[in-house]
Amino acid sequence: MTSNENVTGAQSLVKSLEHAGVDVMFGIPGGAILPAYDPIFDSKIRHILVRHEQGAGHAATGYAQVTGRVGVCIATSGPGATNLVTPLADAQMDSVPMVAITGQVNSSSIGTDAFQEADIRGITMPVTKHNFLVTNPKDIPHAIASAFHIASTGRPGAVLVDISKDALAAQTTFDYPAVVNLAGYKPKLDPNENDIRDAARLIAESKQPVLYVGGGIIKANASKELMKLAELTGAPVVTTLMALGAFPDSHPQHLGMPGMHGTVAAVTALQKADLLITLGARFDDRVTGKLSTFAPNAKVIHADIDPAEIGKLRRVDVPLVGDLKNTIDALLPVLKAEFKKGQPDIGGWVKQVQGWREIYPLGYDHPSDGSLSPQYVIERLGLIAGPEAIYVAGVGQHQMWASQFVKYERPRSWLNSGGLGTMGYAVPAAMGAKVGAPDRTVWAIDGDGCFQMTNQELTTCALNGIPVKIAIINNESLGMVRQWQSLFYNERYSNTDLHSKRIPDFAKLGEAMGCVGLRAESRDEVDAVIEKAMSINDQPVVVDFSVHRDAMVWPMVAAGTSNDSITLARSLAPVWDSQEL
Amino acid sequence: MATHTLSVLVENSPGVLARVASLFSRRGYNIDSLAVGPTEDANISRMTIVIDVEDHALDQVIAQLDKLIDVINTDRLDPITSVQRELLLVKVTTTAETRSQVLETVQLFRAKVVDVAQDAVTIEATGNAEKIQALLRVLEPYGIKELVQSGLVAMERGLKPGKGK
Repeated sequence: MTSNENVTGAQSLVKSLEHAGVDVMFGIPGGAILPAYDPIFDSKIRHILVRHEQGAGHAATGYAQVTGRVGVCIATSGPGATNLVTPLADAQMDSVPMVAITGQVNSSSIGTDAFQEADIRGITMPVTKHNFLVTNPKDIPHAIASAFHIASTGRPGAVLVDISKDALAAQTTFDYPAVVNLAGYKPKLDPNENDIRDAARLIAESKQPVLYVGGGIIKANASKELMKLAELTGAPVVTTLMALGAFPDSHPQHLGMPGMHGTVAAVTALQKADLLITLGARFDDRVTGKLSTFAPNAKVIHADIDPAEIGKLRRVDVPLVGDLKNTIDALLPVLKAEFKKGQPDIGGWVKQVQGWREIYPLGYDHPSDGSLSPQYVIERLGLIAGPEAIYVAGVGQHQMWASQFVKYERPRSWLNSGGLGTMGYAVPAAMGAKVGAPDRTVWAIDGDGCFQMTNQELTTCALNGIPVKIAIINNESLGMVRQWQSLFYNERYSNTDLHSKRIPDFAKLGEAMGCVGLRAESRDEVDAVIEKAMSINDQPVVVDFSVHRDAMVWPMVAAGTSNDSITLARSLAPVWDSQEL
Repeated sequence: MATHTLSVLVENSPGVLARVASLFSRRGYNIDSLAVGPTEDANISRMTIVIDVEDHALDQVIAQLDKLIDVINTDRLDPITSVQRELLLVKVTTTAETRSQVLETVQLFRAKVVDVAQDAVTIEATGNAEKIQALLRVLEPYGIKELVQSGLVAMERGLKPGKGK
């Protein structure tokens, strides 16, 4: 891919992005990045002009999560760059491949507190996989090629490339590297054979195994391999918040989501397991509860592409460091051979966990005053839009209900901000998802609090032909915080009432931004309004669902407590008696 | 807690020290000393880091260091199979009566006098941490006016197969 043409640094940047396979990027121009926007004007890369850089960042994330390709955003120096910090941290926490390009002040001005100067490389060091500051135009192609290589391989992550304005303006030659070779970056793709044998032996000895599945399965496109492993072992499967859709919800072995708001069956199966077959999950505190009491009797097989995850939180008996697809492919034949020598009977265990699932299913009540139940809205939305749609949540109660009451059957159908918990993620991420998958229906399920943080991107959607659909689960409050105030702060609702029943009027606000605005306030309006929204495909749609504000997310493991103390509803714990092991 | 010595090869790129320091700071690892310098390869620098962590946490520190793109390799150095040295410069108060005793101490520790003034001598010493501490204990009664110490630098003894040139 060498051409050695004479170009400007800006042209070199755009040609590099084209070579990297970029087809779309989200951004806003400004002073320092201005030279780059001139060749962007002529490029085949589609540039979507957003309304806030945070929107550009989350849109890049949504695009990446749906397509599996690197999402790209671009901004100017100073405030443009600092507005990308939240999406960069968000993408990095959820291992999303993302590259951010920022302009920087002229290299001679760096360090002088120049206009719109911010040390974005320094600022983003702790929240990116890697970052670059480029001041020499000849370094641009190598920096871009490296950024895409780092973002998309190994454990995916966020990479920022900061380029000084003089480097963009200067004359240089364009020479794109055919391969990138970084001395300190060689992701290990294949697990050790000995570890595979040890893992197979542990599985063959286990009487109470659980497949603890994380977002890594989706990143590695290893859902088919996971299915083979699940069916070979017959073990119960739990999928974390980042893994919903990695294994079909309808599959009989699937117990649902573990963690703070997981199902009783999933949480309890992990607690009682004698073996965790951990696949691309990271023992996050929202899954483990109080770590020292998590799965106390379980041995742990931990398969992950990131060696630093092994033993970070939980002691591991057998580490499998490598790409998950390769790992499961390597494990299957060895495990089959091991099972030929003797396969343990896990029938009793499977029956027991199925029992928990039947006794303690997810559920909700309709409010006695006839107002709308948020869970009902989300459940109907999932049934009407179906498993081929993409669901994008914000952060809070609506996110948990969307994880519980929409049924996910395929990977890359559920997007949310799992690690960082970024309120305001949904609208821009849905925009990016729709750009990445224009033929699929994209529903953002957002809260009224979240929506008010980033809804300006609906203008971008309306003007750029990106017909996303937004369901606002409007409980007029910061619902999850309010729930904690109800449970842990004596119902003292300090600063969680948003008074957002009509201010703003979300339907009108949507219309003001070029969307169709709809509303539903009672149960009999729900299906009709969802179907109406489904029928509109040339415009974004905003639906304001006015729901009861006292609904809570259950089950719940209170923060910092043991998973053994899961509650089904306020002061209502599961009764174990004869069920207990 | 226990002290461990890590020898870290890094790309000689701007910001690499900040990356390592930021990693230690945000993950709450305690640095006892840190020394950075060039190696035989102009593109690569070596950091010698002495950290105070529980033994079981050491693997995690090494894994997190290796995860940094600019870190090429991290080795744990065993004090028995490696050479570990610190450099000390210390200014000791002397009088006509004490000067000869101080100079005798310098000889005993195979240290060097690098500057002499009317009322003080400046001594240079290298050695492992124990030797430096022992020297300082002996010199202390004479009056230490000022001292400066380098971080520890260390290197594996012998030629490891497959490493070096």
